[in-house]
Formats: sequence, C-alpha cells, structure tokens
Amino acid sequence: MNETTPNSFRTQPDDRGHFGEFGGRYVAETLMPLILNLEREYRAAQADPAFAAEFDDLLEHYVGRPSPLYFAERLTEALGGAQVWFKRDELNHTGAHKINNCIGQILLAKRMGKTRIIAETGAGQHGVATATVCARFGLPCIVYMGAEDVKRQSPNVFRMKLLGAEVVPVTSGRGTLKDAMNDALRDWVANVHDTFYIIGTAAGPHPYPEMVRNFQSVIGTEARAQMLERTERLPDLLVACIGGGSNALGLFHPFLDDTDVKMLGVEAAGHGLETGEHNASLLGGSPGILHGNKTYLLQDENGQIDEGYSISAGLDYPGIGPEHAWLKESGRVEYTAVTDEQALEGFQLLCRTEGIIPALEPSHAVHAVAERAKQMSEDQIILMNLCGRGDKDIFTVAEKLGVEM
Amino acid sequence: MTRLESAFSKPHAAFVAFITAGDGDTAANLDALVAGGANVIELGMPFTDPMADGPAIQSANLRSLAKGTTTQTVLMIANEFRARHPDVPLVLMGYANPMIRRGAQWFAEHAAGAGVDGVICVDIPPEEDDTLGPALRAAGIAPIRLSTPTTDAARLPTVIEGSEGFLYYVSVAGITGKQQAAIDSIEANVSRIKQSTDLPVAVGFGVRTPEQAAEIAKVADGVVVGSAFVDLVGEFGTDAPAKLQELTSAMASAIAKARS
Ligand SMILES: Cc1ncc(COP(=O)(O)O)c(C=O)c1O
Repeated sequence: MNETTPNSFRTQPDDRGHFGEFGGRYVAETLMPLILNLEREYRAAQADPAFAAEFDDLLEHYVGRPSPLYFAERLTEALGGAQVWFKRDELNHTGAHKINNCIGQILLAKRMGKTRIIAETGAGQHGVATATVCARFGLPCIVYMGAEDVKRQSPNVFRMKLLGAEVVPVTSGRGTLKDAMNDALRDWVANVHDTFYIIGTAAGPHPYPEMVRNFQSVIGTEARAQMLERTERLPDLLVACIGGGSNALGLFHPFLDDTDVKMLGVEAAGHGLETGEHNASLLGGSPGILHGNKTYLLQDENGQIDEGYSISAGLDYPGIGPEHAWLKESGRVEYTAVTDEQALEGFQLLCRTEGIIPALEPSHAVHAVAERAKQMSEDQIILMNLCGRGDKDIFTVAEKLGVEM
Repeated sequence: MTRLESAFSKPHAAFVAFITAGDGDTAANLDALVAGGANVIELGMPFTDPMADGPAIQSANLRSLAKGTTTQTVLMIANEFRARHPDVPLVLMGYANPMIRRGAQWFAEHAAGAGVDGVICVDIPPEEDDTLGPALRAAGIAPIRLSTPTTDAARLPTVIEGSEGFLYYVSVAGITGKQQAAIDSIEANVSRIKQSTDLPVAVGFGVRTPEQAAEIAKVADGVVVGSAFVDLVGEFGTDAPAKLQELTSAMASAIAKARS
C-alpha cells in the first residue's frame, strides 16, 4: 500500500463529503436523515472485517475476480508506440465493472435491513448488475431507465426482466440517464422506510461518491499488484472512460499518490465539443449543483441543465462525480474527450487487433489510448480499464456502420 | 413587523399559495390568488430537474421553461408583483442550481431588490447552509427551511437553527402533489415542532380541497397549497385566473372559519 503523505490525493473527501469545493449533500430534507444514517452504517461496515470478507468472497466466486491484466500485443504492434495493457473488467459476471459496486451496496442494504432496491441506469449495465445482485439476494428490484435508453439498449432491458427486475421507462426530460436519476430520487423520497437506492456511479450525495469509489477501487488495487508482479514497475499512464466516473476512479484511486503515474480521463465528445452536442462535463461544462452534489455540469447561463448527447448511453449524463471535478482542478488527472466517430474507430480497432468486442463506453478510451501510444516510446506502459463488453452495443454499432441486422 | 410576520399574526392560519413562475399568465394568476384571499405567495422558480416534485409541478416547470422563462423573468415577475401588492409577502421556492448560477450574493441581492421576503431552496439542507444562507441573511431575506416526517427529534434543532420567516412542515415523505397525510399525524408533528421553536409552522403537500385546508388550519399556523393551483393553470391556461380565484376564495373562507 502507499503511504498517505500530507500531500496525499487519497484522503478526500472531508467529513462533510466535500472534495475541495465539490461534493457535499444537496438533497431534500426528507432524504437527509437517510443519507446521514447510510453514512453511519457504511462506516460501521467498513470497520467490520466480516463485511469485507463477504464482499471479497462474492467478488472472487460470483463476479470472477481478480480480473486478468492483459498485454495487448497486436494492438501495441499496430500502434507502434507504448505497450498497451488492459484491465479486463469486461470479463466480470454481467459484463462490466458495475457489478463490483452493486455487490458492495447490496451487502450494505442487507445489513441495514432494507427490503426493496431501486436503481437508475443508462446503458443498462448498472441496471443489469443491480437486477443480478437483487436476484442473488432475493430482493425486489425496480430500475428507472430513460425511455430513449430503453430503445437503444434493448438487450439489457430484456436481461433485467429475465432477472426479475421491473424496468420503469422514464419519459420526463429527454428520457436518458439524468431523468432516470430524477425518478429514482422521487421513488426514494416516497419510500424512505424500506428502500435502498443503489447509485451506479461515483456521484450523488455523500457518502455515495466515496463509497462507490471504494467499492470500485478493487480494480486499481488488483491492477497495481498485477502490474508490479508482471513487469516489476508501475504504468506510465492510466486511461479510463468517464460517464459519472466510477470505473475511472476505481482504476485511478489506488495510484493517485504514485507521482510518476499519469492519468487520463476520457469524456464523451458526442458530435464534437464545438457542436454543443456532447457529454464532456469537465471540458465543456461549469460548476453547479445537481443530484445531491456540487460538480461540473452541462448547463446554460440560468443554471438549467443541458441534455447533452453521446452515442454511448453509459456516458450520456450531463454531470460527473465530484472527485473528478476536484482531481481536474488540482491538476492530478488530465481529461480529454473523444467523439462518437472516434469511439467507433476505437471499437473496431479493438475487435480486429485483439478479438475483443468492447462496450462503446471504453471504446472512447481505446481511441485516446491509440493517440497517446503513438506519441510514447516502446518501453513505456499504458494501462487502460476495459470496463465493459460490447454485446449490448452491437445494434447501435450496426446502425452507425450502415449494416442491417 | 415584517410582511411575513404580519401574515402569520392574523386570527386565522395564513394561507400560502404556490404557483410556478412563467406558467400561464403569471401576473394575472398571482393577482387572482391575492384577490381570492391568499396571505402569502410562493413563487416557484422553474428548473429542468425538479427532483422533489410530482407530475403536476414537473409539467408546470417544463411549460414555463419551454416559454423561455429565465432567472431574470422570475425576478421581473416578483418585482412587478411587489409594485402591485406592497403588503403581500412573496417567497421564492426552487432548486439550488438556478439560485447559485450567478453567485449566491447576486441572487440574494437581486431577489431582495425585487421585493422578495423569503427563499425556500429544496435541495440545500442545513448542512450546506454556507452555499446560500449567509448571502440571503445579509440581503435581509428569510431562509425558510423544510421539516419532514423523517426529521426526527434529534435532527429538528439542526433544521430550526438558522431558519427564519416560518418553518414549512412537509406532511408526507414523498413528492409534491400526492396524497395528504392523516390529520392526527400532522397535528402531532406540528405540536412537536412548536415545542422547539417560536417560528410559525405552515403545513403543505397534498392539500387540494377547502375541507383539507380547514383541517390543517385548526392545528397549524399556515396552510400551503400548490399542485391544486398548478393543475388549474395547466388545464385552463389563460382562463386560469377565474378558476384560481374561485378555489382560493373557497379555501380562504374555509381557513378563516376553521378555528371558530
Ligand atoms: C461499460 C461501461 N463503462 C462506463 C460506464 C460509465 O460509468 P462510469 O463513468 O461510472 O464508469 C458505464 C455506464 O453505464 C458502462 O456501462
């Protein structure tokens, strides 16, 4: 483990849930006692070795962890620069990193005696992961999903239903992830006594950003140890895509105090930052308050939230976890954005060079990796979080490539 | 005495009426509420993501934004209301992001300049008071807080500390426009709150009829009605003022008679 130095980047948030000026607990009074209680229960669980033991056991035997660390030899050759390595979280049960967090939160829900689970979902990966753990623990599951996303991620909708979840299509707003989160919050205020809200990314009111990050940190903790074992060194650059930011923080956080390790977060540039149709909250947004936290948002000059746009439902969110807002301002992590078209190139590149069909979300990161690798030398290492597999996206990709299925 | 203090010093409970700014002919709607007998106006600031609101007020927010309502529009509506009704207290209610967009101080000063007496910000709990509270107090605007069925005895002092104007007891754990709570639970909660504060306690969420308003007026210092008015604006558009005045009058007389 790293030492925690006085200048550590790993000691956030403070006890009020603030990451610098970001984060916090901006919720209606009805929810405030609940999230204070959630924080107490989470602290108790953190201090309980039995909780960690059950979490680790499920991750190993149910999720299939540790996920492999894979050297992408043919992709590296094709790019002709730095070595590209992948943390293979797309091999997890349910096909993405989302399950890591869901295991943690369902164990907490059970510990708190909650009997009903709700969640929001964009790509459907978090919805599927939540439906999965609910089936595993025998709890009823209601998933709020934007009506638009229900259409573009239909395989995941069917998966959730097979797993016994009720999928509620949300028609307010533009019918995407933001609107699904609004309706999940509305459900929660109306069902406070028995309901646990499993948030799918490192955002929302404190303690969610910290808690989700900690559950996802298994990614970076494993990768760091695997890298040291395989190469006897740390990577030069970490790369991950960012919707709300949970897979990126999961990879980055355990490395934050390794000063020689650079980090790159990849937002969705949609049709291009200059078009205004994107989801790059950090690169194209400004600080504000939404969904329980202060963070970077896509918004107009009156503080109304812009809808944003991305080909990838999992990145289609006009905000970002507050820790990323802080990491950006502190300069520790660099952020960039990749368009739909570039992500589609990344998608196809990985299919053909490595025989891996990635989700559209990490396809954004693949494109950024390709650009950076070419500018780096052969003895340098890039480690990317391959956080999801692409089965759910083949219909979207077929349509974009002009193929009828 | 401030405008809010006099509204809560009448022999009957104060009648607090909510509509969304920029929805329908807002000036005419507000005049109808006052003519019908509302004692306090709550003017909703529209927001794209009204997380604590039910379908009625969500739709009102969207109708208003679709017409191009901005923060400046809301302030202008307030300012003109103040000119027409110098004595009727006016409270802005809404969400944090539009309120802090140009800075808390900008908002507080402009709201004060428009004659606003109080601000209810749904998603700034006492724990985040720094975000807006100090700027409001410095501008002479009352930060009005919400207390809910989940606000237990241990937490209540945190909510009361720093509250001004009145305390808004949200009678159901839920979103706006849904069912009303049972009257005995409302009565018990109001008397619990009144043991801890001298602030007047107004009760809202789910009040739709004169009968319900009268029940609450017996046990609380104020009755808040919102979705019922907002629904009328949605249904009748520019013909809404007459309907609003009719419902307001019926509620106002029920409230006036409630304690006798
Ligand atoms: C595969 C995959 N990657 C990334 C994301 C984005 O979320 P986050 O930024 O929290 O990792 C999602 C969200 O649905 C996803 O399904």
